[in-house]
Amino acid sequence: MLSLFAFLSYPLLFVRAAVTRDFPWANLLLFLIAMALMVWGLRRAFAPDRAHPLPSKIGGGVLATLSLIVLAFFIFTVFVWARLMPASHGAPQVGQQAPDLTLTDTNGKTVTLAELLSSPVGANTAAATDRSAIPPKGVLLIFYRGYW
Amino acid sequence: MAISVDTPQESLELSKQAGYTFTILSDQNTEAIRRYDLLHTGAGINGHDIARPAEFLLDSRGTVRWINLTENYWVRARPEQILEAAKVLQ
Repeated sequence: MLSLFAFLSYPLLFVRAAVTRDFPWANLLLFLIAMALMVWGLRRAFAPDRAHPLPSKIGGGVLATLSLIVLAFFIFTVFVWARLMPASHGAPQVGQQAPDLTLTDTNGKTVTLAELLSSPVGANTAAATDRSAIPPKGVLLIFYRGYW
Repeated sequence: MAISVDTPQESLELSKQAGYTFTILSDQNTEAIRRYDLLHTGAGINGHDIARPAEFLLDSRGTVRWINLTENYWVRARPEQILEAAKVLQ
């Protein structure tokens, strides 16, 4: 009974929630709490007065190792893997003219940067044919990785 | 507008599901991505080339007024940052 409780007292926080903030304070805090509970649970499992010591120690050891692996994986993917990107020194700097683009919109129609700069609010909306609409003050290009 | 290597059909799906009203454009042959030096070779699914994340704010003449080349792809420009940068376009 006691050993079962010892198993259940290890919270396996496989919380790899999407990082929506610039620094994953919440996730790291959860990991900290998980580690503290893990240490507490391990101490209980390895206490000399346990009724069935061996299952508690094995279970405790396994779960603790798994928790550490999850934590290491999280730290690696968030802080190391996500930074492995090309330096992009050739990208246009502030003050430079943006290179022209010829791309395809979601209707299969070809769009160039010149068109984007002159036609109001996108090429495939009602505003595009409204002659009284004001041309855009600028264009925000968001390059993303895709596969969302 | 948002640019990626996804096909127009994939982008249309995404746009519909998420309810986006802005323009999503496809750069499947990575031509624009390479012209802007944003190519991240082999980083996509199945080792495809994709763009590294970046944002460029252009004025009405096509001059770059603000860029964001994030060092960490989890960290992107927030709307407030872009709106602040866009004030220069007034």
